[in-house]
Amino acid sequence: MSGDHEDASISRRVRRLETLLEEKGVVTGGAVDEVLDAFLAGASPANGARVVARAWTDEAYRERLLTDGTAAVRELGFMDGSFQRLRVVENTDATHNVIVCTLCSCYPLALLGPSPGWYKSEAYRSRVVREPRSVLAEFGLRLPTSTDITVWDSSAETRYMVLPRRPEGTESLTEDELAALVTRNALIGTAAV
Amino acid sequence: MARINDVGGTQGFGAIDTTDDPEPFHADWEARVVGLFNALRAQGIFNTNEFRDAIEAIPPAAYLSMSYYERWFTAITTLLERKGVLESGELDD
Repeated sequence: MSGDHEDASISRRVRRLETLLEEKGVVTGGAVDEVLDAFLAGASPANGARVVARAWTDEAYRERLLTDGTAAVRELGFMDGSFQRLRVVENTDATHNVIVCTLCSCYPLALLGPSPGWYKSEAYRSRVVREPRSVLAEFGLRLPTSTDITVWDSSAETRYMVLPRRPEGTESLTEDELAALVTRNALIGTAAV
Repeated sequence: MARINDVGGTQGFGAIDTTDDPEPFHADWEARVVGLFNALRAQGIFNTNEFRDAIEAIPPAAYLSMSYYERWFTAITTLLERKGVLESGELDD
């Protein structure tokens, strides 16, 4: 969308805004650094992967996770103090789930990290609700026609995360090893594990 | 009436650029915009709903021509002017 020239122009305008806000005593540059660091430190797909690995290895936890996602991820120390609700949707033999925010970019940031550019694009937002099967194929995920696809549209209050299927042949792996298999796209539903 | 951000099901946006997958920002200024948003919200200068509304109220042609974080920057400056923190046009001086 933005070329290099536009990028340089908006970069200057952002710096100018930071300077103005500092001069006015509204926000200091240090405060911006601090909130940005905190924002990035608390948000990683490794967190969602830990939740998934726990659900794969602890049946009681899996049930709690699917019943009340917010409470279950708080057990592991995530989304504490968040006003948002989390609903975890489970992939099975019969159903595959994928998440979107058609209106903008709502996303379970704490569990998945900052969202990728394509998640915020008009192309993904407009198309995944109309033709999910072909959209998933563009990501390299080709599902049999016998698999139903459910698309979950996020809102300001409710965020979704996919619980992928545990791959076969992973019975001997530890929870940490299982977590390492889980990618961010698998948590969105644009990939399988 | 739906606003321009309500694109679910709309046809014609073309292929998804699945390679647009930065970790996590394309450029430094995008990170600064996210930092500014969080700092201003933490100060109570605006809240998330006002911010979301300001993004959705960007006129359609402008909305579609902007990148994601350009919309954030536009919404932030709109709200700062509305709240009297910035004078209109002050950023362009």
